[in-house]
Amino acid sequence: MQFTIEVNSRSIKAEKGETILSALNRNGIMIPTLCRMAEFTPTGACRMCVVEVEGKDRLVTACSAPVEEWMKIRTHSPRVIRARKTIVELLLSNHPDDCLYCDRNLDCELQKLSDQLQVRERRIRSSKIKPRRDQSSPAIVRELSKCILCGRCIRVCEEVITARSIDFIGRGRSTHVGPAMDRDLNFSSCIHCGQCVLVCPTGALHEKHYISEVQEHLSKSDVIRVIQYSPLVPYALAEEMGIKYVRDFDRVLNAVLRKIGFDKIFLSGTGTDILIRELTDAVTENKAANGKKPLIVSACPAWVKHCEQVFPDLLHYLSPLKTPQQITGAIIKSAVVTSKEKSQVYTVSVSPCTAMKFEARRDSMTRKGISDIDTVLTVRELSRLIGLYGIDISNIDLEAADDPMSSRSSAALLAETSGGIAESVLRSLMARTGEKEAEKQVFKKLRQSGSFREVTVEIGGTEYSVAVIDGLPGIEKLKQMPGGGARYDLVEVMTCPGGCVNGGGMIPAGSREAVRLRSKHIYLSDEQEAVRSPEKSASISMLYDKVFRENDELADMKLFLTHFVKRDVLL
Amino acid sequence: MKANTGSGLKEFLIEEVLRHHSDNLKPETKKRLSEIRREKPSKPVIYINTGTAAIISGALKSAVVIEEYLTDLDINAEVVRVGCHGPASFEPIVCIHLPGKNKLIFRNITEDKVESLLNGVFHNDMPEEDLVAQDGNTGFEAWQGIPFINEIPWFRLQKRVILSNCGCYDPGSIEEYIARGGYLQFLKTVRNYTYEEVCDIIEKSGLRGRSGGGFKTGLKWKYALNASSDNRYLICNAKESDPGAYTDRTVLEGDPHRLIEGICIASYAVGASTAIIFLKTGAVHSLEKLERALEAVRDYGLTGHNIFSSGFNLEILIRNEAGAFVCGEETALIGSLEGKRGMPELKPPYPTTSGLYGKPTVINNVETLMNVPLIMEHGPEWFRSMGTEGSKGTKLFSIAGRGRLLGLVEVEMGTTFRTIVEGIADGIKEGRSFKTLQIGGPSGTFITEENLDIPVDYEALRQAGTAMGSGGLVIVDDSTCMVDLVRYYMGFIHNESCGKCIPCREGTGRMLEILENVIRKPHSEDANATLERFKGVMQLETIASVMKDTSLCGLGQTAPNPFISALNNYREEFEEHIFDRRCRANVCRGLRTFSIDVDKCTGCTACASKCPPNAIYGTRLQPFFIVDEKCIGCGICFDICKFSAISVK
Repeated sequence: MQFTIEVNSRSIKAEKGETILSALNRNGIMIPTLCRMAEFTPTGACRMCVVEVEGKDRLVTACSAPVEEWMKIRTHSPRVIRARKTIVELLLSNHPDDCLYCDRNLDCELQKLSDQLQVRERRIRSSKIKPRRDQSSPAIVRELSKCILCGRCIRVCEEVITARSIDFIGRGRSTHVGPAMDRDLNFSSCIHCGQCVLVCPTGALHEKHYISEVQEHLSKSDVIRVIQYSPLVPYALAEEMGIKYVRDFDRVLNAVLRKIGFDKIFLSGTGTDILIRELTDAVTENKAANGKKPLIVSACPAWVKHCEQVFPDLLHYLSPLKTPQQITGAIIKSAVVTSKEKSQVYTVSVSPCTAMKFEARRDSMTRKGISDIDTVLTVRELSRLIGLYGIDISNIDLEAADDPMSSRSSAALLAETSGGIAESVLRSLMARTGEKEAEKQVFKKLRQSGSFREVTVEIGGTEYSVAVIDGLPGIEKLKQMPGGGARYDLVEVMTCPGGCVNGGGMIPAGSREAVRLRSKHIYLSDEQEAVRSPEKSASISMLYDKVFRENDELADMKLFLTHFVKRDVLL
Repeated sequence: MKANTGSGLKEFLIEEVLRHHSDNLKPETKKRLSEIRREKPSKPVIYINTGTAAIISGALKSAVVIEEYLTDLDINAEVVRVGCHGPASFEPIVCIHLPGKNKLIFRNITEDKVESLLNGVFHNDMPEEDLVAQDGNTGFEAWQGIPFINEIPWFRLQKRVILSNCGCYDPGSIEEYIARGGYLQFLKTVRNYTYEEVCDIIEKSGLRGRSGGGFKTGLKWKYALNASSDNRYLICNAKESDPGAYTDRTVLEGDPHRLIEGICIASYAVGASTAIIFLKTGAVHSLEKLERALEAVRDYGLTGHNIFSSGFNLEILIRNEAGAFVCGEETALIGSLEGKRGMPELKPPYPTTSGLYGKPTVINNVETLMNVPLIMEHGPEWFRSMGTEGSKGTKLFSIAGRGRLLGLVEVEMGTTFRTIVEGIADGIKEGRSFKTLQIGGPSGTFITEENLDIPVDYEALRQAGTAMGSGGLVIVDDSTCMVDLVRYYMGFIHNESCGKCIPCREGTGRMLEILENVIRKPHSEDANATLERFKGVMQLETIASVMKDTSLCGLGQTAPNPFISALNNYREEFEEHIFDRRCRANVCRGLRTFSIDVDKCTGCTACASKCPPNAIYGTRLQPFFIVDEKCIGCGICFDICKFSAISVK
């Protein structure tokens, strides 16, 4: 039902049941917010969105109050602006003043608000919060003094990720956010997914930076510098620059990386192709041997850690295959760069994921004390690295990546969205049986939204059921199924809702809608690319036909396998 | 007590009293009940108060000494440990009822006074200084020359309705409560009324919530009753954590059974099968008494499944809160009960539609529920006959601070605060004058001398810019500094703020810091600090009004109240602190300057040797002097000087 309400002496249309904020936003009136997150129930903690409603004693929070027909609202009256400004001034009064040194300088919501509200004088003074930094985690750094206690990270961690690793601790002046027993993050149930980093309005949460480490190695003379990047990285950089992504942008990125000083450039997408190929094998073998089901994909490192902590009973269903990044890393360090001593090879991986930083440090990802991947950078870090080395992307030649991991199929790109791995495996199965690729209709079910999706397809006379868990809350649904979902041949799990396109190392999307849009672009790109399945990729043929056969270490594919252990953390 | 635990007492009470439907009891039943009530004792009965306040004053030790005395001299008398009467200044209170004589009330009977008291009483030689009054209501022979209870202002000016049982029976004995008509109202309600009828009666009585907001209780119950749900909860909020408030604790300890009866009736009225008493952590005596009472109630079948074949089921649980002031707020309280962090949530939805575990929940405080059995007994008209137009019934206040008499009082609505302060509390202690009356706890306001004629009435208080609060009254005399007092309350709120919303969390902190700046030592600051102090002070009112305007819950919205109220009423005192750097009450340490009168100082070195920062210098037997920069204003030298040579400014 629609009705009109009066806002700032003009009438606007409002829907019954919506909040004041949504009515105002739809009509082009923007109200500042700090604690609000799209698609979450409002908590009303920050009080930034207050508006004046005639007849009410106090100001009303627009994010939570429903519109009513009688309302006369003033959104920017002196009283409202004074309240908002005072709130920002109160926050700034003990906030560290080191904006220029802050990770989120120029990209900070508090900074923007104080600018918007014309805070030009320090009227309220207080002693600054004592700096406290938690760098214990390999992926995420917490800077408690910069926290404004909006509670977004807590809600994401609890409601979206279900890791529940952080909450408010203490009250009054000692209120702060932290893991159980106020210990450091590496003792907690944090799975390094980085969703908290995406929603943090200030510099209180950011990924652990390895730029200076990369820089140091770039300046050394006796090191071979190898970089691999995920198929999503060029897409994300293009998005950040406002360019529409085309496949050629990969080659631009290759040139950029060479200019920065990397000696070898590989695609993690080749690793994804190997993963899909091996998974397809596993599914077929499993089906033939009537093995244990469901086979759960372990390509999401955050999910793997969560599983080790919370669902140790599911561990032996996990596919033992490593993540694409680590598969690529294993190939690099054992076969590709062998001319010099391996310890002098420095491998960097660029990923849309913060958990990959943790993944690269797992014991099972090192051989004789040498990690397959030395450093993992997020997309945001790479973007800074490019800026640091002063590369002008608009003026650059196209270059190819290095063999044998120079190409990928479009399935590898598709795997960056939720449901992509499952879809690619089904496609591979179809390709193997010589069936024509099924109608898009079949995969439509896998591409929908919802935390649990499934599809059953008949391929070559055999029925295959796959399930896609988009966000960890979907695990509960799997656990509740008869036999723990034993009827599925493959279960794909992604921690971040929407898949890697919404990963913790990406540029923040802002809303579910924006994440959907990224996926749509990828679907479109997938349709347009020529090589659509791993089997047809040139790199795969080269690796399987030549490299793996010639190399002792890689011959039995053992290097692509890992193992999982139950993890004891403070839950 | 022995007389009460005679054979078959429980069966007698259940069969002859509780199961007896009509109001006309058999004469022999009435007689036995009167015996249980000790209406006409055949032997001396000694009542000793054992509420928390009395225990602190040493009542338990006195009780032991009394019992020893009786055994030693082989006197056949009964000792009854009762709940608190109210006047905390008189604790430990001992009442002695000799057969055929009026009951006598004695005050401050600590263990050392017991012997002389009992000697006096049993040999008809009254220790006058300990005697308060005689209770003339019982129709026995009066004592000569001893004032009646109604001649004492403390009792005369009160209207003791809720407190009628407090101090009169052993709270550990459900038998005595039943003999006093207890639980009959609950059973009558369950037998004769529908849910709606009970809500109607309460609504008609005009009872309003006694915990600040003053919402109509009957209406609240109806909201919950009409919310469609398979289950409902009743929560009794017995958590009072205002500094200086002890109303709930005292009545709960003195008369736990009436509270439980109120909970039973309220649970029935809202259709709740589970009631929860939300108790303050650390209230050990309350917990013990409530647990004992609940056990007895369960034993008598007054709670549990199908209570007295009525078809009504009720379980009453006690829950200790996690220990935060903010858990007194309804939504935070519910969160705390659900095992979450005690933080206020957005309203609506109100608890009456979606409360504990998402079910409709009614939250009433102890005092509100204590009224319920009385209303059911005497009818709504009786209740309406007390009080003012908008506020019916009585109100409990716990008086703390500098009054001559302190303790728990119950006054009829409409009584002025002047009556309470000057009449009941008997004014201010010797040598001081009244400064202000603080009402409503740490987020309450101040009532000045001129405004003392405000009646106890929700609307009148609201008009005066204050609120009823939970019933804490702190009488403040001129030895207290208003700025310091406001700073104390601000510090309390700041420490208790849950940290959720910015205005409250940061606002209270900044206000506290600014106030601390105002009372900081002047000669240790440079020009910049002075400027900052002024700049800070300029922001105080802005911060206060924004906090009031934007905070999420009542705690934050009312947090600036003490400041705003003090500033409005005692502005000159603030200005003295800010501009003259002077504290008229000489409380603010930083602003005190001590100096030694050279003519009076004998150079005895007593002050110098005790001075914590070693700020006093001099040569022995020569006048000493104080170095201002080092002085911390503690005042030890002032107290220690035998020659009054040290003066304070």
